[in-house]
Amino acid sequence: MSSHSNAIVAHKHPSDVEGAKIAMWLFLFTEVLLFGGLFILYAVYRYQYSLDFHLAATELNASLGAINTVVLLTSSLTVALSIEALRRGNRKLSLWMLFITIVCALTFMVIKYFEWSAKIHHGIYPGSETLLTASSGEIVFYNLYYAMTGLHGIHVLIGMGVLGGMFYFIARKPINKEAINYDVVERIRGGSRMAVLADDGRELGDVINIDDKVERVEIKVIYENTPEKFDPRNEIKLENSGLYWHIVDVIWIFLFPLFYLII
Amino acid sequence: MASRAIVDANEHQEPIYLDYRGRYDGILGWILSTDHKRIGLMYLAALVVFFLAAMTLGFFMRLEQWTVGQTIVDAKTYNTLFTVHGVIMVFLVVVPGIPATLGNFFLPLQLGAKDVSFPRLNLTSWYLYMIGALIIFLALFTSGGLPDTGWTFYAPYNIRTTTNIPLAVFGVFILGFSSILTGLNFVTTMHQLRAPGMSWFRMPLFCWGLYATGWIQVLATPVLGITMLLVLVEKTMSIGVFDPSLGGDPILYQHLFWIYSHPAVYIMILPAMGIISEIMPTFARRTIFGYKAIAYSSLAIALAGSLVWGHHMFTSGQSYTANVLFSLLTFLVGIPTAIKVLNWVATLYRGAIRIEPPLLYALSFIFLFSIGGFTGLMQGVLNVDVHLHDTYFVVAHFHYVMFGGTVMGLFAGLHYWFPKMFGKMYEKSWANISWALQLIGFNMLYFTMLVMGYNGMPRRYYDHLIEFNAGHQLATVGSWVLIAGILIMFANLLHGLLKGEEADDNPWGGTTLEWSIKGLPPLENFDEIPEVTQGPYDHNPEPEVVK
Repeated sequence: MSSHSNAIVAHKHPSDVEGAKIAMWLFLFTEVLLFGGLFILYAVYRYQYSLDFHLAATELNASLGAINTVVLLTSSLTVALSIEALRRGNRKLSLWMLFITIVCALTFMVIKYFEWSAKIHHGIYPGSETLLTASSGEIVFYNLYYAMTGLHGIHVLIGMGVLGGMFYFIARKPINKEAINYDVVERIRGGSRMAVLADDGRELGDVINIDDKVERVEIKVIYENTPEKFDPRNEIKLENSGLYWHIVDVIWIFLFPLFYLII
Repeated sequence: MASRAIVDANEHQEPIYLDYRGRYDGILGWILSTDHKRIGLMYLAALVVFFLAAMTLGFFMRLEQWTVGQTIVDAKTYNTLFTVHGVIMVFLVVVPGIPATLGNFFLPLQLGAKDVSFPRLNLTSWYLYMIGALIIFLALFTSGGLPDTGWTFYAPYNIRTTTNIPLAVFGVFILGFSSILTGLNFVTTMHQLRAPGMSWFRMPLFCWGLYATGWIQVLATPVLGITMLLVLVEKTMSIGVFDPSLGGDPILYQHLFWIYSHPAVYIMILPAMGIISEIMPTFARRTIFGYKAIAYSSLAIALAGSLVWGHHMFTSGQSYTANVLFSLLTFLVGIPTAIKVLNWVATLYRGAIRIEPPLLYALSFIFLFSIGGFTGLMQGVLNVDVHLHDTYFVVAHFHYVMFGGTVMGLFAGLHYWFPKMFGKMYEKSWANISWALQLIGFNMLYFTMLVMGYNGMPRRYYDHLIEFNAGHQLATVGSWVLIAGILIMFANLLHGLLKGEEADDNPWGGTTLEWSIKGLPPLENFDEIPEVTQGPYDHNPEPEVVK
């Protein structure tokens, strides 16, 4: 339907942009506290076994960690650019930036894979014989290393899924269909006529009489967006996805020095 | 006020929520409905089932203590009894309890909103709750037998037990998710969907309780989540951080567990306090005494209550400095709590008090919760706690707060809002009888336990010394009276639901927005979003009262 119409369109739950942002920030708090528990454990054990932690940390590959940090920081930039591009109506650029973000995430996971495999190849993994012969502090260091980077890795994977979903939502042909079931038959029965009116009062299409034979009224609205325009709800969705991606990045910013740099 | 037909389709522009026919009929119309009222009732139905199941386990625990030595179950079975009783009651009943049931139903109604901010997320929470419950029940009846670690899953019990702890803690993790999403949803709803004119300080106090609760749910639950995940990976992938043989420290498990689980008791109690703040002004027919003090004290309890977890661990080996600090903070929580209690009592002063079942339940809340609070302060004293730690005193204190507090609050709320939820009225005489039985049975059971604990009866023992036998028998008889009271109450409510008389629109003379709705709430609650021009408890004397 190209022109505006006066058909009764009731949005059941009007999208509340501000509410969505509040909820997302609350969710980010939960992420901070989820990792917060692990950071407390890290702090306590680092205090308890400072020498063992020092020895164990020298085994980690700081350059791989640094590369991964650069990769994640870049992805944070591109996801921010993607949001800004969508806000300015440049869907194509937004999609490209999103694509780069997802590629960065994938790169991060691949590097992580090689890093972990090298460690596992050397017999350093939870419950391994090599590790169990090490000192208590080293065992705890590696257990924390696997727990924290592992949980972070899961978050990267979830983030990839979320961003991939956003890519699909933004890329797909912008057609919206809405079926509105209106339980108004009783009220408009008997001589009522139903029509869709344009802004100027013109009747669009046929006028339907609502007589006793009508059992229910269902209005289907299909509106196609022009190529430049897009579903405005995508904007807040993308922004929230971006926020999630930033927290994944921020957590890594703390993990990197704690495991790789402080030795 | 004459009784009117409640189910009157023409009264509202939309069908009432029980009659609404959406895309789906029958049971699908419920389990796929995003209507907050239906979701609230679905929670309630599940909750009642879980409550009765765990109550039955409690019944058998008490029965075991009838004689010295083995009465009906052996020691191992007794361990599983108190574990499963605790897990179900804490994680499936009292934590989700009031917010998920009455909170879901009445938060949007009290705010003058059509629904919560995220209705689909709300339904998701319910599914997560049911899935979490299902996983826990699977864990109970699969490999290795029922968990026997106590509801706290303490290390090293959780390390050494052969029972299916990984699955159980995963269930708790999922339940945590459900709780977080509910809290997030409610906080956003209160920020965004208050009716025009409803400033923060015109918001009913039940909402304030839920607001403080929502923040704790969001901020504390993730810590439980990570703790449960760590137990899970420790058991399944030997990524140990609590197991001493892997260099871990079991005390840290206790710290992380209580960083969540102490604030969690405020998740449990704050909404109940909110209900009491609704009932007091309604039945005293005057505005609440100290509205702002009660509202702020909810936040103060949430804040201070998040910093006192160490008082569970006075004897577990933490530094003396930490003990002193945690003890001090524990006493501080007593202040906002006492403010609430004093304000409720002051509300009754010079009120036109009407004794009805909801008020009776609310009064028993104040009585029992006060005992719970004071015994809590006693345990906050460092040297006294050494004596009381891990005795029946702690168990009794906990039940005074959680059962006498939260569950009594829930019962009070059910009796208060029952007519608005179902349009029917229960038998008030039976409600009074069941209330009296509960109050008597409760104190026979738990006050006796307080005394026994003070005299040194340790918790979690399936056996006892002969000198405790009389006390145990008294407590066991008390448990029968209590259970009888609870069963009569549920039977009465069920009877009211099925065959009760039709209730008036506003049988108690409540002043909050939910009572302004004629009959049962329609699908989207209000035909027109109300404009709020006054505080929530403005009991203007009505003309007939003046005459």
